[in-house]
Amino acid sequence: MEPFKHFKGKVAPLDRVNIDTDQIIPKQFLKLVERTGFGQYLFYDWRFDRDGKPKPNFVLNDPRYKDAKILLSRSNFGCGSSREHAVWALSDYGFKTVIASSYADIFYNNCFKNGLLLITLDDGKVDHLFEEATKPEACSLEVNLEEQTIRNKDEIIQFEMDPYRKKCLLEGLDDIALTSALEHKIRAHEQGLSRFRLVQR
Amino acid sequence: MATATIFEKIWKKHVVHEETGKPSLIWIDRHLIHEVTSPQAFDGLRLSHRRLRRPDLTFAVADHNVPTTDRSLPIQDSISAKQLEVLGKNCKEFGITYFDLKSPQQGIVHIIGPELGLTLPGTTIVCGDSHTSTHGAFGALALGIGTSEVEHVLATQCLWLTKPKTFEIFVEGSPTHGVTAKDIILSIIGKIGQAGGTGSVIEYRGQAISQLSMEERMTICNMSIEGGARAGLISPDETTFRYLQGRMYAPKGDDMDKAKQEWSQLATDKGASFDKHVQLDASRIAPQVTWGTTPAMVTDVTGQVPDPEDIEDPNLSKAAARALDYMGLKPGTPIQSIKPDRVFIGSCTNSRLSDLVAASKMVKGKKVASSVRAMVVPGSQIVKVQAEKLGLDRVFKDAGFEWRESGCSMCLGMNPDILAPRERCASTSNRNFEGRQGRDGRTHLVSPIMAAAAAVEGHFVDVRYWDMKG
Repeated sequence: MEPFKHFKGKVAPLDRVNIDTDQIIPKQFLKLVERTGFGQYLFYDWRFDRDGKPKPNFVLNDPRYKDAKILLSRSNFGCGSSREHAVWALSDYGFKTVIASSYADIFYNNCFKNGLLLITLDDGKVDHLFEEATKPEACSLEVNLEEQTIRNKDEIIQFEMDPYRKKCLLEGLDDIALTSALEHKIRAHEQGLSRFRLVQR
Repeated sequence: MATATIFEKIWKKHVVHEETGKPSLIWIDRHLIHEVTSPQAFDGLRLSHRRLRRPDLTFAVADHNVPTTDRSLPIQDSISAKQLEVLGKNCKEFGITYFDLKSPQQGIVHIIGPELGLTLPGTTIVCGDSHTSTHGAFGALALGIGTSEVEHVLATQCLWLTKPKTFEIFVEGSPTHGVTAKDIILSIIGKIGQAGGTGSVIEYRGQAISQLSMEERMTICNMSIEGGARAGLISPDETTFRYLQGRMYAPKGDDMDKAKQEWSQLATDKGASFDKHVQLDASRIAPQVTWGTTPAMVTDVTGQVPDPEDIEDPNLSKAAARALDYMGLKPGTPIQSIKPDRVFIGSCTNSRLSDLVAASKMVKGKKVASSVRAMVVPGSQIVKVQAEKLGLDRVFKDAGFEWRESGCSMCLGMNPDILAPRERCASTSNRNFEGRQGRDGRTHLVSPIMAAAAAVEGHFVDVRYWDMKG
């Protein structure tokens, strides 16, 4: 995984609660067997009409938000299906960070495994950012994970972050390599398995 | 002695490594894989030259994108065919037992796990699918995971997990005639909301739960994720042990007796405490119908489509207005006047034998309304064969239903079974998200008997009274 670096990027405001992974990447695009190329299908049914033409009223088709790197949304973002394709689509499209007031559990885990930073802010701060991001001139934010801050011009918003997840993102740690360092413990557990936890053939 | 919940007992037995401030490394007893969320994980293994740690604890099945029509014909969709071919190759290369399209054990992963006795009390089970919570019905800790985690489990047979909170949902009383496990779980989700269970493992308890059969318990646990929960489980009891007797991969003979003794210790201790608690009375639950685009947008069959203006929270009010627009419904519309064009009986929520038996009783000797196209997709080949032995295929076909081969089918529409734009469907599946069953398709989640009655009448009816008319 690539280490997470601080960056400045435009914010695309997607003002809906409970955005599920079926919307982020509709099922017709889950048949691919690679991890790449999903960005073009991100929010497909909201972004394009049935003939494949961009829908002018969808936020990602608004020229103001072209090349946005931060997606702003609301509570329970990423609920539903466990499909990691949703994360691959967000990253491949160019998003590095999502800001919302809460996330669904499986999606949350999937994002961190792929270096996509999820920032949780309370509803008041999210409302405020929506005001900023929907002004006629697009809003750009500076995201600094080390300091756990978002900077909007002179305003600095602090965010909470689990220290372990922060370390993994900043160092781009490979989960499997970390686990393999505990091989002796895995082996010990494995050897003590009760017979009824094995498959009986 | 300290009391513990079943979740805490399972957790403790599976911790491989723990450190303050970090997730815990948890041993995984069963890893179930399917064609959609595994190919990239196998690629990852190959790229990093890692081996599959425990092929003996890994099982694969083709279910998500398989056609439900004649299996002797080649698959029309070349991309689906490739995904299945890749799964077959990966299983061969890594030595994994694979139930392919031609296998008599093929079916939806969450149907076949329990059916084959792979799902056992006290075990940890993962699958790259959010409805893995289904297996919790056996008192197993069963979690849906993403593809990176699938790769991690393939390589290490372990998973990093942040310890979830415990959430007791206590359902007292007995449901009335015509009210099913599906109505209980939809009603629970309506009460706790779509994110009510986030960060928690739900344990379903109470008289209404312990009275349920294993198949009904699976329906309850299956939809835990629709309430946002990490997993859902039910403490095992005699009903659980009876179900497991004689299953293909379950313990046999003396082993089974010893296993039962071990499993009997798993149930949540009297007086154990939970982080969160919700109580419901099953006798007050009516048949449920969803009216919106999340499973929490649900109401009684005797109710009406709500008015978004009556919803206080501005974000939820906006979401409801948007949902009604998508669903083509107006506030105040009686639920029973809503007319589905399609009826789908299937999915990992409701495609087991007892679901099909119950639905068939509703349609026996009747005809599907001329305005409706209805189909039954058994959850597995085993369910299909059993149903056919009971003559259910004839009952459904005589009534005008299509009788299909097993798979996920129209629950997520990855195969050709999809809704046309604006088509309305009464579905026994688990998600009514926008576009879930086909772009611009409109889904109403209901129980199998509600779906069957709607197929006959051409609109939703209150099955508590309807089926008595014979």
